[in-house]
Amino acid sequence: MKCQYACGTAEHVLERRKFLGTIAGMAGAATLGAPRMVQAVMPELVAGNKHIIMIWLAGGVSQLETWDPKPKTNTGGPFRAIPTSVPGMHICELLPHTAKQMHHLAIVRSINTKENDHGKGAYCMTTGRKQEPVADYPHLGAVGAKLLAPEDSPLPGHIHVSPGGSGGSGNNAAYLGPRYASIILGDGNPPRNTTPPEGITPEGDNRRHAFRASVNDHFAKRRRWAESDAFLSSFDQARQLMERRDVFDVSKEAAKDQERYGNSEFGKQLLLARRLVEQGVSCVQVTHSNYDTHYENFDFHIEQLGEFDQPFATLVADLVERGLWEKTLVVVMSEFGRTPSINQFHGRDHWGTAWSVALGGCGIQRGAIIGKTNDNGTEVADREVDHGHLFHTYLSAIGVDSSGEIVAGGRKLPMADPAAAPITELLA
Amino acid sequence: MNDAPAPAASADAPQADPKLTHAAGEWKYTSPLLSCRFDPSGQFVFCSAQDNSVQRWNIASGQATALNAHDSWVRALAFNPSGNHVYTGGYDGRVFVWETSAEQPTPLRSLNAHGDVAHDGWVRAIAVSPDGKTVATCGNDNLVRLWNAEDGNLQNVLSGHSKHVYNVMFHPDGTRLISGDLKGEVREWDLGTSEQLRTLDGGTLWKYDEGFRADIGGVRGIDFSPDAALLACGGISEVSNAFAGIGNPLVVVFDYATGEKKQSLVTSKKLRGTIWNVHCHRQGFVIGCDSGHEGGHLLFWNTNDPNEFFDFKLPNLCYDSDLHSDGLRVVTAHQDNVLRIWRMTAPAA
Repeated sequence: MKCQYACGTAEHVLERRKFLGTIAGMAGAATLGAPRMVQAVMPELVAGNKHIIMIWLAGGVSQLETWDPKPKTNTGGPFRAIPTSVPGMHICELLPHTAKQMHHLAIVRSINTKENDHGKGAYCMTTGRKQEPVADYPHLGAVGAKLLAPEDSPLPGHIHVSPGGSGGSGNNAAYLGPRYASIILGDGNPPRNTTPPEGITPEGDNRRHAFRASVNDHFAKRRRWAESDAFLSSFDQARQLMERRDVFDVSKEAAKDQERYGNSEFGKQLLLARRLVEQGVSCVQVTHSNYDTHYENFDFHIEQLGEFDQPFATLVADLVERGLWEKTLVVVMSEFGRTPSINQFHGRDHWGTAWSVALGGCGIQRGAIIGKTNDNGTEVADREVDHGHLFHTYLSAIGVDSSGEIVAGGRKLPMADPAAAPITELLA
Repeated sequence: MNDAPAPAASADAPQADPKLTHAAGEWKYTSPLLSCRFDPSGQFVFCSAQDNSVQRWNIASGQATALNAHDSWVRALAFNPSGNHVYTGGYDGRVFVWETSAEQPTPLRSLNAHGDVAHDGWVRAIAVSPDGKTVATCGNDNLVRLWNAEDGNLQNVLSGHSKHVYNVMFHPDGTRLISGDLKGEVREWDLGTSEQLRTLDGGTLWKYDEGFRADIGGVRGIDFSPDAALLACGGISEVSNAFAGIGNPLVVVFDYATGEKKQSLVTSKKLRGTIWNVHCHRQGFVIGCDSGHEGGHLLFWNTNDPNEFFDFKLPNLCYDSDLHSDGLRVVTAHQDNVLRIWRMTAPAA
């Protein structure tokens, strides 16, 4: 049932099923990167049970130390390239475990966002848009939650497992509204304030809740707003979260699995990401910190990628083995890459000009390499793409026509930058 | 590090005066330089570069000869006491033995723990025992390995470090070995039993940066005083920004007999840099090779004073240094591709 808001506007909340119905209807005519959209498929099935896991390597991981090594060049640094499970594909020797999983993954080596600022680069990569003073755009996780999370899900649709942090919520849903903003699990801990307060019995808590609901119902009869709905739903969600708090408890996973992911904080957090996806959370971001290596880039990448490699490879293998790979888009990204030139402190600086991401799952072609850089990595040599193309591709991979619109606040808004398009050859 | 104690100065030997330090030679290469060592004869300087090569410079002629075998940067250089063999250790995990003065150098052998590597991950340092019979290597596998210098066979593995082992050095009496790691832990090993004897606390040379979520620091330089009464360990301290490597150079001087910290050698100005190598001079002062946000410096301390008595500004950042066996010259390897030799005496008239 469609509610009427006090402002008299059309429904604020994205008419998700209507929207998906529209895009399903369009699918027959769609030729741009959406070959999987079958016209007859019901909207719920188009998007059903899909997930996104975004692994954010904060600070800007070096493409030369990961996905686009340039050994024995003046920019290559000390690391060698190693073969992977994809014939002809080489990645940096710092990722030996990941190398064995590359037949499930793809690499985009030709990103040029023209952005070297941490905040602006992060905005580009997470929203698919340049930051503008007059507009704000939602994070991939918020869009994904909007499109993928069942409305009656007891769990948040968008969770960010963050190193540190208070455990509150992010401010990254823009016009989609706070309901789709990320719930932050600081250090992988459960959301804050999800344990019952001392001294309140379950019966007492129920009475409290009933009283609040009756007051809210009375209020909503005359003054109902999208914000008030979001506010109310947050109470319901919080209660459901409290009941399912063990979803966030990675120690519930089998001891063998905990061992496979390792003892590092990041390993536990990737296992938590798997757990959350298996429990039905649509979008999970796990942040690994930090790669902003202006000094001693090579030492720090040994340490950080040493933490990243095995848990990440384990996650990929697990998702494949558990039948989740076809339903889960996994993206490893940063706000930018790092300069090919090695600075005087043996560091690498910010570099949005020619760098890489790795991704896989859902509709991403396995083992693909998109684009290339020149011999020493200083510029894109083929198939230049940017954050806009990538954002379109993510949405296409989860089965959404990224050229579609989101209706919010009575306005129709392109869900991805209309100036860009999916990287069609990256889609299976 | 020096692998053998510097010879005692004779009464009429020229004395070094750091305040008279001046340029005594330089050679330009085509790639940024990393590590450098004088050979024991003082005839050559060996220097590694970011192009994975090691260059041998003949000091008299300036002629450079390449030693090419590594697949990565070389940071470990050492000689046997007689000086006829040079050891190179690389970030490719490999250690090669070369004839020091070969006209066309090729490796005589490699030290192989398994496959063709001496260590899994980077080799960080090499030392040769004073009697020349044992070679010690260390690296990012957190291990110290001991090798028979005669045949290159692995003799023993010393485990216990929890982080990358950055440096290794034999005690001048040859019975003990010192190793220092990323966390500033300095371990002493009995070479007779291979047992660890004790740990010296160089923790001020390390920090786990909570914001950066990474370790920074380590025992970047290590040296015994000629009488082995003191052990000096250099690196970075008081790190305020690991992202940018902003801290202050520090040399921790231990009283070797007690294992207690005797002195922390700091700088009077905040140089925002790292000590990349340290040398205990036979005249009693300590030399630190520092590079960072205030450029490159040779710093000179007396061990009874925490502040340097002389700060010699270098023309560019340097990542290693070595003290000549004559006690009068220092060589520095620079980021601007230049190898520079400095002389600590009055310039020739």
